[in-house]
Amino acid sequence: MDFSVHGRYLRQNKQTMALTFPFSAIVAQDEMKLAILISAIDPSIGGVLVFGDRGTGKSTTVRALAALLPPMEAVVNCPYGCAPGKQAGLCKVCDGPEAKDPPKTRQVPVPVVDMPLGVTEDRVVGALDLERALTQGEKAFEPGLLARAHRGFLYIDEVNLLEDHLVDLLLDVAASGENVVEREGLSVRHPAKFVLIGSGNPEEGELRPQLLDRFGLSVEIGTPEDLPTRIEVVRRRDAFEKDPEGFTKRFEKEDAELRKRITAGRDLLPEVVVPDAALERAAQLCLALGTDGLRGELTLIRAARGLAAFEGDKEVTDEHLKRVAPPALRHRLRRNPLDDAGSSVRVGRAIEELFGA
Amino acid sequence: MTETMAPELTPWALASIAGGLFAVDPSGCGGVAVRAHAGPVRDRWLEQLRQLLPDKAPMRRLPLHIADGRLLGGLDLAATLKAGKPIAERGLLAECDGGVAVMAMAERLTSSTAGRVAAVMDAHEVVLERDGLGMRVPTRFGVVALDEGMSEEEQVPDVLMDRLAFHMDLIPIAVRDMDEPLWTSEDVGRAREFLPNVEVSDNILEALCGTARALGIASLRVPFLALRAARAAAALDGRDQVSEEDAALAARLVLAPRATMLPPSEDDMPEEQEPPPPEEPPEEEQNQEDQEDQDPAELDKPLEDRVLEAAKASLPAGLLAQLQAGLGARSRSSAAGKAGALQQGNRRGRPIGTRRGELRAGARLNVIETLRAAAPWQPLRRAQALADGSSTKSLRVHVRRDDFRITRFKQRTETTTIFAVDASGSAALHRLAEAKGAVELLLADCYIRRDRVGLIAFRGTEADLLLPPTRSLVRAKRSLAGLPGGGGTPLASAIDAVRELAESVKRRGETPVAVFLTDGRANIARDGSQGRTKATEDALGAAKELAAEQFKIILVDTSPRPQRSAQELAMAMQAQYLPLPHADAATLSSAVQTASS
Repeated sequence: MDFSVHGRYLRQNKQTMALTFPFSAIVAQDEMKLAILISAIDPSIGGVLVFGDRGTGKSTTVRALAALLPPMEAVVNCPYGCAPGKQAGLCKVCDGPEAKDPPKTRQVPVPVVDMPLGVTEDRVVGALDLERALTQGEKAFEPGLLARAHRGFLYIDEVNLLEDHLVDLLLDVAASGENVVEREGLSVRHPAKFVLIGSGNPEEGELRPQLLDRFGLSVEIGTPEDLPTRIEVVRRRDAFEKDPEGFTKRFEKEDAELRKRITAGRDLLPEVVVPDAALERAAQLCLALGTDGLRGELTLIRAARGLAAFEGDKEVTDEHLKRVAPPALRHRLRRNPLDDAGSSVRVGRAIEELFGA
Repeated sequence: MTETMAPELTPWALASIAGGLFAVDPSGCGGVAVRAHAGPVRDRWLEQLRQLLPDKAPMRRLPLHIADGRLLGGLDLAATLKAGKPIAERGLLAECDGGVAVMAMAERLTSSTAGRVAAVMDAHEVVLERDGLGMRVPTRFGVVALDEGMSEEEQVPDVLMDRLAFHMDLIPIAVRDMDEPLWTSEDVGRAREFLPNVEVSDNILEALCGTARALGIASLRVPFLALRAARAAAALDGRDQVSEEDAALAARLVLAPRATMLPPSEDDMPEEQEPPPPEEPPEEEQNQEDQEDQDPAELDKPLEDRVLEAAKASLPAGLLAQLQAGLGARSRSSAAGKAGALQQGNRRGRPIGTRRGELRAGARLNVIETLRAAAPWQPLRRAQALADGSSTKSLRVHVRRDDFRITRFKQRTETTTIFAVDASGSAALHRLAEAKGAVELLLADCYIRRDRVGLIAFRGTEADLLLPPTRSLVRAKRSLAGLPGGGGTPLASAIDAVRELAESVKRRGETPVAVFLTDGRANIARDGSQGRTKATEDALGAAKELAAEQFKIILVDTSPRPQRSAQELAMAMQAQYLPLPHADAATLSSAVQTASS
């Protein structure tokens, strides 16, 4: 088999990808699904961390996202998939002298980029295009995974096994929304705004606190305990493995429904009002839990607004706050290694005290 | 198939059946974990498997310390240079497509390698982002993990074990027990073709899920793997329906070896059993109700029971005792954490980039980066060489000294803090709770520094390693919380245990720090006999031996007033002495910190 490959930049597209398990076919794990959907509505919430046991469908859920998300408008030939009309986020190509005004655009799927274990740094940040250097003697930049994830999602499975220097790099880019490459005499900067989704198993080792804090929402999942749910999970998985196409078809309608809700939620988001009462509630909650910094409060409000938009509500209420408080706050509590009540319980207690049962 | 269900199935027959089922559907079943010493039994089993697999199916051996480039694929340098354009090289996992990957000494596998293999198994493709290449190579293969682990400490990483349907133990099998294979490669070939036609009824599905839960198996991947095994069994038998026997067989082979608790049986009343997880009984009732609501499931109950019976029949006797003592779950989880920790521990420093440099002894040339550095200049240099008419004009690649890139490593010596907590009666009386509190504070601190922690508790007649060195705060927290108090003070054994652990930490190239929390009043001697004089003598002796190890030790005196006995002990082990009344959080923390820096 000839295996010559050009490390050419390839936006993931549906035809080349194997069929993934449909999002709406995933049984239970509601908190995880909700957290991911909310960050799809408002990417500024800052990503989702999913920690849980093996065999709970963490990766399946994230990978299902790619097929679920409504396609986005992107400038044709722009290697970063820039959005038309958004000057601030534009890269050199769209901003350059050859750019058309208005630019030609087309619909592309939202990138959900898998960061495989064993990835090398040059592929993450991008590096010299080896092929062009070898064949044409040209110095050209070849975008990496960060560029590919721009405006989409970057998924890191087993995030706690990721090498430290890569983690540092990701943190930096996730915070600034910009990837700066200074290698091999190249000097490139390009936008890289993405939603970071990480998953892992706490028994494999803890995550560094800096990285933990960087995730907007944190979800803890376990295997469903009740038998009927467990049976359903295995049954669906089995049906999918046997006949991926038929199975995906069965859930097409539900996926489409969900897709519509995401689009509607995104449209509604700017109109959702956060009343002063809700702001105060959020502040009280964070105070009661002693979360560090303002990030928790901000995330809580944003997540509540995202949830309201997803549900089609125009105002953030206590109900929204209550539902998103655990994922927004549980990883920000100050560490208390011996408080046997897990952080989820502590958040639950605080909610109960504040909002009443 | 019915005769294979006979209860007198020998371990070899079970292993043989597992091999047959695996050969029918290698990637569906995930694989086989084979616990065995290298020897004729294992060789024979592997040989039989080889014969059952189709002739063309690859069976490749994965070396233990395989580099990512070989495992997943990467840039084929020789071909790249020859062709003048990047050529990818397939990794071993891609080469295993349609066959089997054999991993020798899988118990020593790092969890990062295991994680990579698991990711490829899940996605059925190698997703490669390395060395300037980005590509996806579809591959489906089964894994045979050869586990030669001798102790609890050495186990195949859970991330891989979870994906392997069959966990076989060949150790008890003697050479004379071995038999001819049950199937021929033609049988397996037919079954492989027939496999897609095999249907599974809901009863079977429910029975397998129910059995898995009754045996305390949390992962949902497991009943799914059992289902695949049952399917393979039906296909081997030429049936298009999975029968009860198939399910029972799958339960024996896939579910039973993973049991973490005893299934509730009708004779035993629930209260006679070892404490089940508290939420268990209500769940049970609720499920039964659910089932009654959903469908007339009562009829299926006996089926589940029969499947469960089959699984129970093959639970090893030792395991039963262990489960009864409630140990099963713990020993598994302890292995899980260790795998992760080990992976972090045995790196030789992390590469922190490359720099331009001279090739001197000890420097590691980074070939890829060097070529990358040289690449853009090739056409230029070639043209120049041609113009000069120099002897280098025929070279394919012009690499100059300026291009050399050396990998830089940052060696990080990791610290493992060993806590030895006195949980004896005298300490409990005084302030076990406070000692626990102090440990917590230190734990939080270790967590921030990313140290690893180990926990040894001593009470009664011996010292227990509660927690082998780990970086998981969750587990440290859990084992500390469950620490009971009371009994004698076997100080000498505790010191010995710390010394042994510290030695193993050192062997791993890390720095140990020991923190004792005790009042220093030994009353149990090394041999387990009572008596303060002998015990103190033993403890001081052990302390001197420990001092010879020359690493940082801190002794926190947990008695209400500083004790002479503790001071003497600290002196003997050349430890820093901190009486707890003065040892507030900050002092403790800074003491450990200075020790580890």
